[in-house]
Amino acid sequence: MMGLIQFGWSGLTALAAMIPMQPPAASTIAGEVDQLYYLLTGITLFFTVLIFSIIFYFMVKYRRRSADEKPPEIHSSLVLELAWTIIPSLICVVIFVWASSLYIRNSRPPVTSTEIFVIGKQWMWHLQHPEGPREINELHVPVGVPVKLTMTSQDVIHGFYIPSFRIKKDVLPGRYTSIWFEATEEGTYHLFCTEFCGTNHTEMIGWVYVMSPTDYSAWLAGSEHSEPMAQQGERIFNHYTCGYCHVADGTGRGPSLVGIFGKPEKLSSGEMRMVDEDLIRQALLLPNSVPVAGYAPIMPTFQGQFTEEQILQLIAYVKSLGLQERANQ
Amino acid sequence: MSMAIADVHEVPAESRVNYLNATYGLKSWLLTLDHKRIGLLYLATITLTFVVGGMAAVFMRLNLIEPQGALVEPETYNKLFSIHGIIMVFFFLVPSIPATLGNFLIPLMIGARDVAFPKLNLMSWYIFVTGAACVLYAVMTGGVDTGWTFYTPYSSSYSHTQVIAAAVGIFIAGFSSILTGLNFLVTIHKMRAPGMTWFRLPLFIWAMYATSLIFVLGTPVIAVTLLLLAAERLLHVGIFDPAIGGDPLLFQHLFWFYSHPAVYIMILPGMGVISELITAFSRKKIFGYSFVAFSSLGIAIISFVVWGHHMFVTGQSLYAGLVFSVLSFVVAIPSAVKVFNWTATLYKGSISYEAPMLYALGFIGLFTMGGLTGLFLASLATDVHLNGTYFIVAHFHYIMVGGAVMAYLGGIHYWWPKITGRMYPDLWARFAALIIFVGFNLTFFPQFMLGYLGMPRRYGIYPAEFQVLNVMSSAGASILAIGYVIPLIYFYWSWNYGPPAGPNPWGATGLEWTTASPPPTENFEHIPVVTEDAYNYPTAEVASE
Repeated sequence: MMGLIQFGWSGLTALAAMIPMQPPAASTIAGEVDQLYYLLTGITLFFTVLIFSIIFYFMVKYRRRSADEKPPEIHSSLVLELAWTIIPSLICVVIFVWASSLYIRNSRPPVTSTEIFVIGKQWMWHLQHPEGPREINELHVPVGVPVKLTMTSQDVIHGFYIPSFRIKKDVLPGRYTSIWFEATEEGTYHLFCTEFCGTNHTEMIGWVYVMSPTDYSAWLAGSEHSEPMAQQGERIFNHYTCGYCHVADGTGRGPSLVGIFGKPEKLSSGEMRMVDEDLIRQALLLPNSVPVAGYAPIMPTFQGQFTEEQILQLIAYVKSLGLQERANQ
Repeated sequence: MSMAIADVHEVPAESRVNYLNATYGLKSWLLTLDHKRIGLLYLATITLTFVVGGMAAVFMRLNLIEPQGALVEPETYNKLFSIHGIIMVFFFLVPSIPATLGNFLIPLMIGARDVAFPKLNLMSWYIFVTGAACVLYAVMTGGVDTGWTFYTPYSSSYSHTQVIAAAVGIFIAGFSSILTGLNFLVTIHKMRAPGMTWFRLPLFIWAMYATSLIFVLGTPVIAVTLLLLAAERLLHVGIFDPAIGGDPLLFQHLFWFYSHPAVYIMILPGMGVISELITAFSRKKIFGYSFVAFSSLGIAIISFVVWGHHMFVTGQSLYAGLVFSVLSFVVAIPSAVKVFNWTATLYKGSISYEAPMLYALGFIGLFTMGGLTGLFLASLATDVHLNGTYFIVAHFHYIMVGGAVMAYLGGIHYWWPKITGRMYPDLWARFAALIIFVGFNLTFFPQFMLGYLGMPRRYGIYPAEFQVLNVMSSAGASILAIGYVIPLIYFYWSWNYGPPAGPNPWGATGLEWTTASPPPTENFEHIPVVTEDAYNYPTAEVASE
């Protein structure tokens, strides 16, 4: 009999050992998100156990002992009602403040972040490093460096999710979303699509390789790749003779693009718009929807002429113009 | 309550004229205007849809036993979870308690002879069946693979499946919801028996009232949304697809503006049922009647302003995220108030444990867990990690299955003697309730863990490290399936051979228990006059205090 119990127990512990409980925590925010998760788990356990115990206690204590039993009259209690309205409310306030402040902090990439571009398409991830290397369903990043991902989709909505970093953001067609992370542990981590995107959604998965800075440099140097994105963007810029109007010194028929990225620009409606990825995209595809103050709305549309990748290269080029200017100052 | 009970005890059910034997033949059922028969028509219909949706779930769980997919290709798996979701949400959970128990009980509980618009009521059922037929057509002719959420632009521009047929089915069934809601609202307003004031109403009626409000106010939005989706898919009007000038997130805003309140369409009636069961089986007045009643209305109203919590990771603005997060915490409070009041009702009660009470207690426990795990998703920072994973799947199944389906089954067991005039074997019923409770937890608890580990939902193929938990979940699902089959068997037996129930087998209060079982077509011989509050169970002299 003892043997049987022992056998059963060892079987149970073996089973328990097979069950993973905790995903790897490999980014700077993972630990903080986990702490909040543990707090919420604690609250859930506490109230579940509380409610279950009270119910079981009442079930036993007040079980019907005779068919014609009459319970005493219990009157409602305003004090109790207020107590169990206010106490949960206070708990909710604490959770809300904690979760929101963490979220706000986590949603702002550090200014020192390096940028990597992501294009989702049915059913693969294209990842592009500014230095030139392109990857499919694989992302190589250095440990200890904040990385900002600027993402868009070529077709339907996808979801970019790295569980071990506790980050996720939907990837939308026609606009850019971004997230950032700083990996803290070298290793290999899952990359999943979390927004159902069609037949092979379940196979739109990949790997994130977190490497030491030296390994990463070696990987960058060793990987076969074309020129940096900004240079590719410059070639597109020249091929379409964009510089004919967008003259660098501001004397052209269109606004100069030098140093405009990340700064507000006045539209002819008087509205100020921050020049970001979305605005450049809009100016390329629907130029008349964002006419810049002081310039005639004569820019032709480039709708349907560029791939998502080329638009990102042009954006990288415009960004680089700002950097060159800053470097020259 | 206070009126004399007709002496129906002596007359065997078969020889007495009641709504079941008043007329015979298929035509007498298909053309009936009796709310009780229409309730049974719905019961039969949604039992069928539940079987279809359940079969899809069985195949999904079987497939997930192996990481590579034990059964089907991803394409088929996608259709399975889509059909499971569409059928279970729109064709089982939404109509479940309102259309069956609501139809059957509202006139009986408020002391009326029927609903306000009996013909409209029958028409609602035909509309519902037409909608269900459209969806079944979609299933038969290749299925649909968008998930029940129909996110654009996948559904509008990319999917090659029967999106239109399914959307049309849901569109049509929506009218059934709207008309049923309208019917109930008017009935509850205008047809209460003399003396049945608002604060004497059973809490089930309050819950149905709140649900009907959402039916009427929310359903048109999903109808319009699906119409726009069809317009884009068929006519290429650029609404949602950015490639033709649309906004892909607009669809999600519109969809969740209905579909979050719809969650409360599914759970509020369940809460109403639980209030009836807890009081009946502890022979107690409900603790905090007005708090339970107004929390239903509070939930119904707040539910319309929390939709954005489905979209925290879609790139909606930070400030929108904060507002929807705080509102989502607010909607949790009235639910908590209900749980505490139900628990307090048990205090010093005279508690018995027939099957309906087991379902009610199971509901409280599982709903508590489902509600608390909702806090993980209302919290912005944790939602980022858990959104779109199995954690969400587990959370809403604790609410929908652990909550709504448990309440539905509890309600069916509780009012079965009234509906059929016959008892069922309570021991078997308790056994089934236990099996369902165990099977349910084994199915869905591991999914919380899977979600935290990072397994995305809607994956037919998954990394091998998730297998153990998936196998546990699938094992639980097979237990759950057995638990659902047992009641079908003993209810069939009871319908044919069950011993007569008598008008009030539970010794419960409520007007429905004052008339015969099964009730006569006109419900009451004389319209009752109400002079007391709900749940006015006899109390002992205060001696033991």
